[in-house]
Amino acid sequence: MSASELTTTAPPGRPRLMPTVVSDTLAIAWRGLVTYRRVPQLLVFSTIQPVVFVLLFTYVFGGAIHVPGVHYVDYLMPGIFVQTVVFGAIATAIGLATDVQSGLLERFRSLPMARSAVLTGRTIADLFRNVFVVILMASVGFAVGFTVHTNAGKFILALLLVLLFGYSMSWVFATVGLAIGNPEAAQAASFPVMAPLVFASSAFVPVATMPGWLQPFAEHQPVSVTASAARALTLGTPAASYVLQSLAWVGVILLVFVPIAVRRYRRAV
Amino acid sequence: MSDVAIRVEGLTKRFDAVTALDGIDLDVPARTVFGLLGPNGAGKTTAIRVLSTILKPDAGRAEVLGRDVVREAKEVRQQIGLAGQYATVDPNLTGRENLRLIGRLVHLPRREITRRSDTLLERFELTAAADRPVRTYSGGMRRRVDLAAALVNRPPVLFLDEPTTGLDPYSRNEVWAMIGELVADGTTVVLTTQYLEEADRLASLVAVVDEGRVIANDTPAQLKARLGSTVIEIGFADGSTAKRAHDVLTRADTPSPELEDSTVRLTTHEGARLLVNALRALDGQGIVPATLTVREPSLDDVFLALTGHHAEEVAA
Repeated sequence: MSASELTTTAPPGRPRLMPTVVSDTLAIAWRGLVTYRRVPQLLVFSTIQPVVFVLLFTYVFGGAIHVPGVHYVDYLMPGIFVQTVVFGAIATAIGLATDVQSGLLERFRSLPMARSAVLTGRTIADLFRNVFVVILMASVGFAVGFTVHTNAGKFILALLLVLLFGYSMSWVFATVGLAIGNPEAAQAASFPVMAPLVFASSAFVPVATMPGWLQPFAEHQPVSVTASAARALTLGTPAASYVLQSLAWVGVILLVFVPIAVRRYRRAV
Repeated sequence: MSDVAIRVEGLTKRFDAVTALDGIDLDVPARTVFGLLGPNGAGKTTAIRVLSTILKPDAGRAEVLGRDVVREAKEVRQQIGLAGQYATVDPNLTGRENLRLIGRLVHLPRREITRRSDTLLERFELTAAADRPVRTYSGGMRRRVDLAAALVNRPPVLFLDEPTTGLDPYSRNEVWAMIGELVADGTTVVLTTQYLEEADRLASLVAVVDEGRVIANDTPAQLKARLGSTVIEIGFADGSTAKRAHDVLTRADTPSPELEDSTVRLTTHEGARLLVNALRALDGQGIVPATLTVREPSLDDVFLALTGHHAEEVAA
C-alpha cells in the first residue's frame, strides 16, 4: 500500500442529507448505546437496584405502609419508575466524567463536529437506555401484582412523562459530570443531589406522613409531582394538574441546565 | 498556498497563576516535521491544544493553513488531525468502531467511512484485532488506533503530542516510519517530544521550549553543532578530586570542561581525540577516574547549553 492511501488533502465538501448537528448527535448516541451493549454491567447494576427496591418495598416495608384506598404496589410502581430514571441519570454524569478524564472530549473538540452533539448524543443514548430499563421495571411490577386501573394509552403516557423527566435529569447530571471530571467523584457527588429528591418525595410514601416542615418541599419538588402524575394516570385519579406541574419542572430544568452544561462543555479540558 | 503551514505570533496562555505559553513565535514550513522539544510542563502540550482549537489563547494569534485558530476554528478543524500522548479513543468500542465514529463525526460519506477504516486498520496492522474492544489492546496497539483515528479525514496538518512516549522500541520505530511516510506524502507534522534523539531523527526544524518560551529555533544539526555531538562524563571518587581534575583539564587542550559535584563533563565534536587527551592529562597528574561515560547529547545537555539550567520538570 502506498503512502498516498494515508493522506492528504481534506475530503471535498458534499451536500448533506442531514444537518451535521443531527448526524453528529446520532453518531454520539450510537457510541453510547454500543457502550451499554459492550459493558452490560452498566445496565445490569442500574436495573438490579430498582428491582431490589420493588421487592423490598412490596414484600418487606410495604406491609407497614398504608396508603388509604390503594393497593400499595399500585402506589409504589409509578414512584419506582421515576426513581429508576433519576438514579439512571447518574450514568450520564459518570459517562461524561470518564470522557473528560480519558481525553476523549479533547479529540471531539478537535473535530469539525457540532459542539452540542457530545451532550445531546450522550443524553439521548441515556434516554434509550431508560426506555429499556422502564419497560423492564414495568414487567417486574406486573409480576408482583401491579395493576393499571385506567387504560394502555394513559399508562404509556405515564411512562413517556417519566422518560421525559429522566431526560431532563440527564442534563442536571451532565453538568455534574463535566464539572467534576472524574467518574468516581462524579458518582459520589451525584448521590447527595439525588437522595433528597428521591427519598423526600411521594415516590415511596405519601407526603402527608412526613413532618410538617418537610411537606412543602416534598409536595412540590419535581420527583414528587412526576411520581404523582404517573400515579394519577395509572390509578385513574385527576392527573392534569400533576402532569402540568411535571412538564413545567422539565421545562425549567432544561432551560437552566442545558445552557450550563453546554458552557461547561466548552470550557472542560 | 504559501509555504508556511502554521504561523504563530506572540501566543500566550495562562492558567490562573501559571503562564503556560509566554509569547511564542513559530513558523512551520509546509510538508515538513516540526519538533517542539522540551521537558514536561514547558508548554508543548498547551501549544498543541491551542493550535488544534481545543484551547483559546489569551493573547497572540495562530494560523493553520491561513486560517485563524480562534475565528476560523471550524475551518481549521477540517484540516487537522490530533493524536495524543494518552490514547484518546473509546476503550469500549472496537478499533473499527472507533475509526467509523470519527469518520461519521468528520462527515465522510458512508462508503468512504468503510473504505477509509479498512485501509487504516490494514496499514496499522490492526485488521486481526479490528473487531475487539480497544480495552483489550496492548499499549502499542492503542497508540496505533489513536494515530489511525487522527488520519481518518486525511488531514494535511497533523499534531502529535509525544507520539512515542511509553512505547517499546519496535512500536516507536513503527510510529517514526509512519511519520516519515506521511511527510513524504505532503503532510505537515508538528510533534512534541522530550527526546532530542526523536527530534533529531524526524524533524527538519526544532523549537526548544522552556517555561512557555521558545529558547532556540533551528535545525537539529545546528542545535547539535552549538552543543557538540559527543558528551564525555568523567566521574571521580569525590568532589575535591573532581575539582583537581577540572583544573587539570581546563589547562590542558580540552574545550571548556564543566564541573558538577564529582563529575566533569566535556562536550565536543571530536570525541575520540578529546577522550585520549583528557585521560592522558589526568594520568599525568596521577588522577584516577572512577567512572567514564561517552554518549550522545540529551535534551538535558541542550538545556544546560542554552539556558544554563537543567531541564527540570515544572508542575504542569
